[in-house]
Amino acid sequence: MILIVVEHANGKVSKSTREMVTVARELGREAPVTALVLGSGVAPIAAEIAKAVDQVLVADLPALSQYDSELWSAAVAQIATEGEASIVLIGGSRSGREYSPRVAIKLDAPLLEDIISLKASGDKLTAQHYTYLARVTETIEAMGPVAVVTIKPGVFNPATPRTEAAEQFDVDLNLPTARLKVTGKTAERSSRVSLTEADIVVSGGRGVGSAEGFTQYVEALADQLGAAVGATRAIVDAGWRPYSEQVGQTGKTVQPKLYIAIGISGAVQHLSGMNKSKTIVAINRDAEAPIFKIADYGIVGDVPQLVPAILAELKK
Amino acid sequence: MRILTFIRQVLDAEESVHVANNAVALENSKLVMDTMDEYGVEEALRLRESGIEAEIIAVAVGPGRTQDALRTALAMGVDRAIHVETDLRLDAIALSKVLAQVAQKEEATLILSGGQQADWDSHALGAATAERLNWPQATWTSALELKGTTLTGKHDVDEGSETFTLELPAVITTQQGLNEPRYPTLPNIMKSKKKELRKEPLDQFNVTPKVNFISAEIQVKNRLNKVLDGKDVPAAASQLVDLLRNEARVIA
Repeated sequence: MILIVVEHANGKVSKSTREMVTVARELGREAPVTALVLGSGVAPIAAEIAKAVDQVLVADLPALSQYDSELWSAAVAQIATEGEASIVLIGGSRSGREYSPRVAIKLDAPLLEDIISLKASGDKLTAQHYTYLARVTETIEAMGPVAVVTIKPGVFNPATPRTEAAEQFDVDLNLPTARLKVTGKTAERSSRVSLTEADIVVSGGRGVGSAEGFTQYVEALADQLGAAVGATRAIVDAGWRPYSEQVGQTGKTVQPKLYIAIGISGAVQHLSGMNKSKTIVAINRDAEAPIFKIADYGIVGDVPQLVPAILAELKK
Repeated sequence: MRILTFIRQVLDAEESVHVANNAVALENSKLVMDTMDEYGVEEALRLRESGIEAEIIAVAVGPGRTQDALRTALAMGVDRAIHVETDLRLDAIALSKVLAQVAQKEEATLILSGGQQADWDSHALGAATAERLNWPQATWTSALELKGTTLTGKHDVDEGSETFTLELPAVITTQQGLNEPRYPTLPNIMKSKKKELRKEPLDQFNVTPKVNFISAEIQVKNRLNKVLDGKDVPAAASQLVDLLRNEARVIA
C-alpha cells in the first residue's frame, strides 16, 4: 500500500494532506492509497479523508492527543511494516520533517525530504527537491521495497473529494512513552489564514518603519485581500512580529499564488522562503534592492504613501 | 560529561551558487561553518561556562577541506575535533550512522546539531541520530539550560512554540535566537593550532547511502520585472492594481 499520514489541526484535514493524496494517485501504482489518522477524537478527520483515499486506518487514542516524534514515528513504522507499505508519505511540516527520519531508520528505508516531484518506475523512485536555500533544484533517486517521503507543502494540487467514502479500520498500536515532556505552549495562531496554506501572502520588512507601520500597511493590505501575513527575520529579531510569521531560511517556506513584499530588500535567506511564489510584487524605496530582480511587478517608492493608495484603489 | 557538536562546511550564504557538470561547483567559492552549527558550538561553550564540567568535541564528515570548519570550531573554544574523511556525499540518514557511532565511542551524552543544513536544506540529521542511539531529541531549540542531567528549553513546533524538559542523553538541534555565536579571537586561534584534530577513515563506519544524487540545476523562473516609478503615487497604485487584476489575474 501507499501510506499517507494525515496531518490535521483544529478538526480539519490539512491542505498538504490533500496534496499528498494527489502525489499518491499520480504514482500510478496498483497499491491502495491508505490514509493513517493519528490523534484523539479524530472521527471527523477520518470521515473527511475517507472521501479521498481507498482505505482509512484510524488510531483514536488519548495517548495520541499531542504530537510527539517518538510516538508518531513508532506508530507510522508499525503500520507501514504491517501493511507492507511501499511508500510512506508524510507532510513537509516542521513536525513531519522531525519524525520522518525516525520512521526511515526504523524501516531501514531511504528518506526523500521535502520533494517537489515524485515518479516511480519499478522499485526506483525519482524525486526532485530544492537545495542551497532553495536556489538549486536537485534530482535524487532511491531504490528499495519501501521509501519514506516528505512532501513540500503548496507544490501539488490538493485532491478533490469523491462522493463515496472509503472503509475505515481501527488499528492497535504498541506505543513507547514520550520522553520529551512539554511543559507549556505558546500558540502563535492568528485569526488569518495560515501562512503556508494561503493563496496570497503579504509580508513586511524593515521598510515598513515600525511595528505600528506593519499593522498599518502589511496587516491592512492582507486583511483587504484575505491574505496571510509574513515577516522578515530582521523585524522578527527586532520584536515587531512573532517568529511564527517569519518567512525564509530559518522560518517558513511559502509558495502562494501572489506574494507581496513591502519594505523588504531581499536578503538571500528571505528569498529562499518565497522565491517559488507564482507572482511576486515588491514595494520598496530602493530601486537597487535585490527583491526587484525576482519581482514580476514592483513600485519604487514610499511605503507609507503607496500602500494607503493601493488600499484605496482596491476598495474602489 | 562529553558534548558532541556536529559541524558541516557549506557555501557562504552570501555567495552565489554555480552548477557545473550536473552538480553544484564549490571550487573558488567561500566555504564556512554552517551558521546553524555555530549556534551548537556556542551553546556547548556556554553550557561549560555556566559551570558544567564538560569536554566538547567537534565532529565533521567530509572531504579534506572540511578541516577548515573544524579549525574554526577549535578556535571558538571546543577541546578537540574528529574529522571523518570522505569525498562521498552522504545524505542525513547515512550521516547519522557515522555520528551515532562517534557519539557511542566517545561516550557523549549530549549532541548539538544545526536545525537545517544550508546546503542540502535537510532537517533530518538530529532526529535521525537520536533514533539510531535510541535517544530523545528536541528540534529547533531557541533556549536551553542544563541542571544535573535535565535539560529544559524552548523550541518551535508547527504553530508557535513549546517549553520542554528532557533527560540526558539527548540530541538538540539549534536555530537562530539560541545565542549569538562568538568570533574566534587571535589568541584562541593560536591556541587552537595545538589542539587535537583526529582523522578517521569512513570505511570503518559501514555506511551505504540509500539516496543517490543524480543532478543539480539552477531553474530561473522568468520574472516580468515590470517596475513602476512611485513618484506619482495614485497613478502607480492604480496601475499596479490593474496589472494584478487584469494581467496576472491574481486578485479579484
